[in-house]
Amino acid sequence: QLDHGCALHTAARDGLSSVSTQDVPAERPRAVFHTSESDPAKHTEQHEGRLYNIPLEEVKAVFPHGLPYRFQQQIRTFNEARVMVRRPALELLAYLKGSNLAHPAVRYVIYGERGTGKTMTLCHVVHYCSRQGWLVLHIPDAHLWVKNCKELLQSSYNRDRLDQPLQASGWLRNFKTSNERFLQEIKTQKKYTWGKRESTEEGRPLGEVVEQGLARVRSASDAVGVVLREIKQQSHRGSFRLLVAVDGVNALWGQTTLRKEDKSPVSPEELTLVHNLRKMVRNDWSGGAIVTTLSQTGSLFKPSSAYTPHELLGKEGFDALDPFVPIPVANYSPREFESCYGYYLERKWLQHEKAHTEDGKAELQFLSGSNPRQLDRLAGPL
Amino acid sequence: SLRLICTTTAVQRKNVGASGPEKYTEAFIKKQIEEFNLGKRHLANMMGEDPETFTQEDIDRAIAYLFPSGLFDKQARPMMKHPTEIFPEQRKIQWGEDGRPFHFLFYTGKQSYYSLMHETYEKFLNVQKHQDQLIAKDLPLQKEKRNLAGSRWLTKIELEEMLLEKLSDDDYSRFIQLLEKLVALPCADIAENYIQKFSKEVSVQLQKVVIEPLQYDEQGVAFSTGEGKRKTARATAVVYDNGTGKITVNGIDILHYFPVLQDREQLLFPFQFLGRIGKHDMVCTVSGGGRSAQAGAIRLASAKALRSFVTEKEVEFMRQAGLLTVDPRVKERKKPGQEGPRRKFTWKKR
Repeated sequence: QLDHGCALHTAARDGLSSVSTQDVPAERPRAVFHTSESDPAKHTEQHEGRLYNIPLEEVKAVFPHGLPYRFQQQIRTFNEARVMVRRPALELLAYLKGSNLAHPAVRYVIYGERGTGKTMTLCHVVHYCSRQGWLVLHIPDAHLWVKNCKELLQSSYNRDRLDQPLQASGWLRNFKTSNERFLQEIKTQKKYTWGKRESTEEGRPLGEVVEQGLARVRSASDAVGVVLREIKQQSHRGSFRLLVAVDGVNALWGQTTLRKEDKSPVSPEELTLVHNLRKMVRNDWSGGAIVTTLSQTGSLFKPSSAYTPHELLGKEGFDALDPFVPIPVANYSPREFESCYGYYLERKWLQHEKAHTEDGKAELQFLSGSNPRQLDRLAGPL
Repeated sequence: SLRLICTTTAVQRKNVGASGPEKYTEAFIKKQIEEFNLGKRHLANMMGEDPETFTQEDIDRAIAYLFPSGLFDKQARPMMKHPTEIFPEQRKIQWGEDGRPFHFLFYTGKQSYYSLMHETYEKFLNVQKHQDQLIAKDLPLQKEKRNLAGSRWLTKIELEEMLLEKLSDDDYSRFIQLLEKLVALPCADIAENYIQKFSKEVSVQLQKVVIEPLQYDEQGVAFSTGEGKRKTARATAVVYDNGTGKITVNGIDILHYFPVLQDREQLLFPFQFLGRIGKHDMVCTVSGGGRSAQAGAIRLASAKALRSFVTEKEVEFMRQAGLLTVDPRVKERKKPGQEGPRRKFTWKKR
């Protein structure tokens, strides 16, 4: 079952996989492009280009809403979640491991062309942080908050702003699944009133605020704001480390497609969720890191050839996010392409006879241009 | 029997000379020739050139300058040529004043055809006699093979033009059979001059095309260029050796220039056919046309450039695969009375 990949990869195999072949010779040895190292903390350059497995229970716990749709379909098809270890992710992990938590939070912006794997890199980092025990604030796609919103309510907290109950409650639900234990540990520091009758006392666990938001959908956006503020204030103390992971951060400073009742366009500042999120992304707090991704696919009113931070964020966003550490993500290198191709072959995803030949592989590489998304879409019908 | 499988429009033209008795008298033709020569001198004076050295090409240029025409059919434009080219050749009267025909085979109806058959058979018998003489003297028979592959016999229409009378298919095939028999004889070189009157050179398609040799740039990397077109798109491609399969179009990577898979497949085709997918780099420029037309143009250009890297046999394979042929399809003209080139207006009963 060892196929094309093995001739090129000369790096030594993990001890675990070789042990498993000796113990159970009947089981197929996993080819060299897999690694059984499922803890991202131990991923090094040696693992570059290889795919590691995330157990499905962890996937449900850590990523209730983070993974790209096509990847979720792939998980369901293959019954396992395999993520490739790539250089940008390793770079980011190295920075995070070496970061000093007393300093203000460093901002990282992952950028690259369409379909090169920015969201997957972000998910890799999120997985690492959740394994390490950080509190992960994962916003799957900020673009979902600035477009296609059916209900807009005027905020009770601040007259000018607008609420989005549906999106806020959806996010709160997912936040609850991913960070259960933190919600019991963190306590509120102020009293919050939700209306005439409901209020949350000081010192109650944050879980109550979340329940409140889920129960009373009208005040969900305010609940989100409260959660964010509490977490930000308390991360200073150092009882936990905070990771703010935002996908599609350019949505916060662009334009929206929403309109008020008098048909005037809504600017992003007028949305409560966006306003609070902007406060989170500012680096005036310490004890964690902010990792963001730029996304052109969901962005509004931006040309499809734009991928640099300057183009996608605009002047406002760039000034707000400045200074940041840019992390470019490129197409597959030849080695990564080999592993991806080998993985598809191994899982019998490529059924066409010609796909098994060297020529077929060269064709796939040419036609997809080593772009992960193109390769995925090409391999689908085959 | 020989039959033409593919005919050109020139061959399908009607032979006017063989039809019916003469329509123009000889005196008329002579007058036309005089008028033509006078007109030529007038034209030369008008254009400020020397009347003595005024050739037919100069006449054509002058007429095109003085009477510009936008008509598509070249034959419909104004032209000034020698009357022998304009008035078709036709037979003069075959009998004298006393009504007695000149030729002895006149009453057969096809006098020139039968006389031709007689002549050919005479040559045939001469060759056979010569051959018998050589065998009697025990001399070796000369055998110089004619180049059969590069020549063809006259077509029926060309023969009709030569003889100035109509032939039937059967007559024509009989004549060709006789010629073949004559050529098959070993000592046919005696009658070579006679046979050459009825044969024409045919050049093999590939011999016209010259494959350029590889050029080398500063680093010593071999490269070659090719041009291609499709509909309104024109493309030039430069294919470099020792590459990784990267392709750039107008300075942009193909993944960005051709987001559609179909276009990229078109670009892949020549390389895939030759099995050289990851071995060459390519830099192309393209303009005009639409997305598909540009892809087709680049494909043709790259195939032409790859000819220099590849053996002749593979070039022949490429030609048969259709990679080296210019696609003749262009947008068809809209006709009046119809909505499009083929679509008619909606038919209303009343």
